Amino acid sequence: MMKLGRPSWLQTRDAARSAGGLVLLVLAWDLALYLSAAPLLPRPWQVVLGLAELLTRGVLLKHIAASLFRVTWGFLLAVGLAIPLGFALGWNARAGRALGPFVQFLRPISPLAWIPIAILWFGVGDPPAVFIIFLASLTPLVLTAMNAVRNVPAVYVNAGQNFGLGTRELFLRILLPASLPDLLAGLRLTLGIAWLVVVAAEMIAVNSGLGFLIVDSRNAGNRYDLVVAGMVLIGLIGLLLDWTISRLARGFLRGRDMIGDTP
Amino acid sequence: MSSVATARLLPAEETTPAPCADTRPVKLRVTGVSVSFRMEGVQRTVLEGINLECREGEFICLLGPSGCGKSTLLNVIGGFLTPTQGQVLIDGQPVTGPDPRRIFVFQERGVFPWLTVEGNIGFGLQHLPAEQRRQRIAHYVEMVGLRGFERAYPSELSGGMKQRLEVARALAVNPDMLYLDESFGALDYITRHTMRRELLRLWTTEKKTILFVTHDIDESVQLADRVVVMSARPGRIQRVVDIDLPHPRDISAPRYLQYRDELLDELGVAHKV
Amino acid sequence: MRPSRKTLETLLLPTLTGLLLLLLWHGAVRLSKTTTFPTPWQVLRGMEELASQGRLTGYIRDSIHRVVTGYLLAVAVGLPAGLFMGLHAPTARVLGPVIQLLRPISPLAWIPVSIILFGVANTATVFLIFLASLFPLTLAAMNAVRSVPAIYLRAGQNFGLGRVALLRRVILPAALPYALTGLRLSFGIAWLVVVAAEMIGVDSGLGYLIIDARNAGKRYDLVVAGILLIGSIGLGLDVLMRRLERARSVRWAYHRET
Repeated sequence: MMKLGRPSWLQTRDAARSAGGLVLLVLAWDLALYLSAAPLLPRPWQVVLGLAELLTRGVLLKHIAASLFRVTWGFLLAVGLAIPLGFALGWNARAGRALGPFVQFLRPISPLAWIPIAILWFGVGDPPAVFIIFLASLTPLVLTAMNAVRNVPAVYVNAGQNFGLGTRELFLRILLPASLPDLLAGLRLTLGIAWLVVVAAEMIAVNSGLGFLIVDSRNAGNRYDLVVAGMVLIGLIGLLLDWTISRLARGFLRGRDMIGDTP
Repeated sequence: MSSVATARLLPAEETTPAPCADTRPVKLRVTGVSVSFRMEGVQRTVLEGINLECREGEFICLLGPSGCGKSTLLNVIGGFLTPTQGQVLIDGQPVTGPDPRRIFVFQERGVFPWLTVEGNIGFGLQHLPAEQRRQRIAHYVEMVGLRGFERAYPSELSGGMKQRLEVARALAVNPDMLYLDESFGALDYITRHTMRRELLRLWTTEKKTILFVTHDIDESVQLADRVVVMSARPGRIQRVVDIDLPHPRDISAPRYLQYRDELLDELGVAHKV
Repeated sequence: MRPSRKTLETLLLPTLTGLLLLLLWHGAVRLSKTTTFPTPWQVLRGMEELASQGRLTGYIRDSIHRVVTGYLLAVAVGLPAGLFMGLHAPTARVLGPVIQLLRPISPLAWIPVSIILFGVANTATVFLIFLASLFPLTLAAMNAVRSVPAIYLRAGQNFGLGRVALLRRVILPAALPYALTGLRLSFGIAWLVVVAAEMIGVDSGLGYLIIDARNAGKRYDLVVAGILLIGSIGLGLDVLMRRLERARSVRWAYHRET
């Protein structure tokens, strides 16, 4: 969060430093390639040309839209299943003990490892890709919701019960709003993961998406300028998604003590 | 009220027979309540053999050092904790859980940070029609002096305002008993004073039965009809002191100071610092 | 009586759930009459086959070795870098956005780059694991330092500590618990990318097992065996890392109010 009353020249200086860091990255990249003369890796300006080529061929937006479509569906399906499940596991200690270890067990398994199974069950195309993203978001979301409920201070639950709330009302009026900050932080992190996995998911014989762009550009003629263009796009869109969801979270939590916000 | 300056000093076992002067019906009866639980392998008794009776409209302070189990007792009475032994009856009915007719006021940390002042006060009023609810909220906003802050969130309020908000949230559902657990403990000296005066005013106008947990001797002498002094490890009732002083109480009057000294002695606190 | 019943439940309930899940899995395979997807029994036999060929322990050892090497390299670079960024705000301003931009890029996307830099070899695999854990680790170390309350710093300065003493006696101990949590989480990420990393021309490891078992003859029993092994080893490593959080010097931060 921006510190209150920070003088504007300081803010300008901070912005300049941040921009400077990115410029430095690009310069270092260019210099390294200039010196090493690696034949295949593209220089920054080649990547820009590559992006322009994608734009003029009209496939740039198609790839972006396809990736966003798959991430959105996989992520939303995971949210729909994981939040109620996580709440139940966090609220009912016995259910948590029974199923918790299995959620922990699924977590370290790479989404990539599921690819053979995704293909077996869903064939090729969008469904297996959505399934992979769904699986990758599911376990972190269940754990987030579970911990969010467990961290709700007992005072709030006691107060709610004191006012005579039943289980359903307790969920809607106490547990949900009280765990919202943790929940939103977890949603933000998980959306990052879902986006991270898009490349893996799009390795499965689909013919669009930024992941496909990267894999295809390499396989079809070693177009490394397009490979890096795809990486830059993924990075930028990931950043944008993160920024958007943190703005949304801020809107939801207006008036409350803010949750931690990385600059 | 008698003007004789004597406190009725009773040992714990003699609290059950009611004083004959008081004809108000018994509101709360605690019989033989003990609480113990295992902590890190050791069985610990927090409360032992608690007997207590409270009449309708009475203001009782539970006074004792930290760790004497007074909060535990209040939680048992509030229905948040089941005693290992004994029973709590309110209006002749056993307490089995929390109940909106009896509201627990936590320290200011009990207000809901996700609701505005209006939202917090209206929390227990969902069943009322909108217009009636609005009036009720406005009434209590006014009563606890939060006008102009209706749309503010708790994070924008001072400690005293949050405390008043929590009291207003409790009063808004018109409970017949209020339980306060060191509710003014986190406030500064001046705000604490004002809050006590406010609480006494609400107590006289709204005719509530109040149980108030505190470790502050002055607070108990200023507020209570009766002070229940508790001892620690295990928590027992050490003595019950009737405070026979009319309200408003003069905190520099000799009789006030006499009660205060007595309680200081009872808790074994030296009179000199 | 109560606590012992609870411990019993913590063991018994997951075991029962596990058996139930195995039964469901078995039943589902039987009912659907699939021939490609294996039953739990077939997976067990697959693991037996791997063990008898000596591949099982070899693969596990190779995967763990790669992950630990890549991760330790990331710790060596990321921990000091993150600590420095936490202490020195201008550096954080310069490097922060760079890290944020690089972080959302999947390790998979780096595969072509990694191959060009290191060729098709073990080094490329280790490099991918290094890269994947580097960014989260750096950010965690930075945030750990930043989360040290200003009053501790003031108290330290009040007692006359110089810059180095302040770092050693106040900032590092106060940041340690949060840094440890960050270390554990990024180790989880390192283990997570082992499959991606082992897709590059290595011929051992659990990630290789999964890819190879599918490509060479659709041995789905070995695919599922690989998945289960990765899950349980990951879980075991996480439990080991959690042990660190119980050390006396950091336990204060994990104590929760009751």
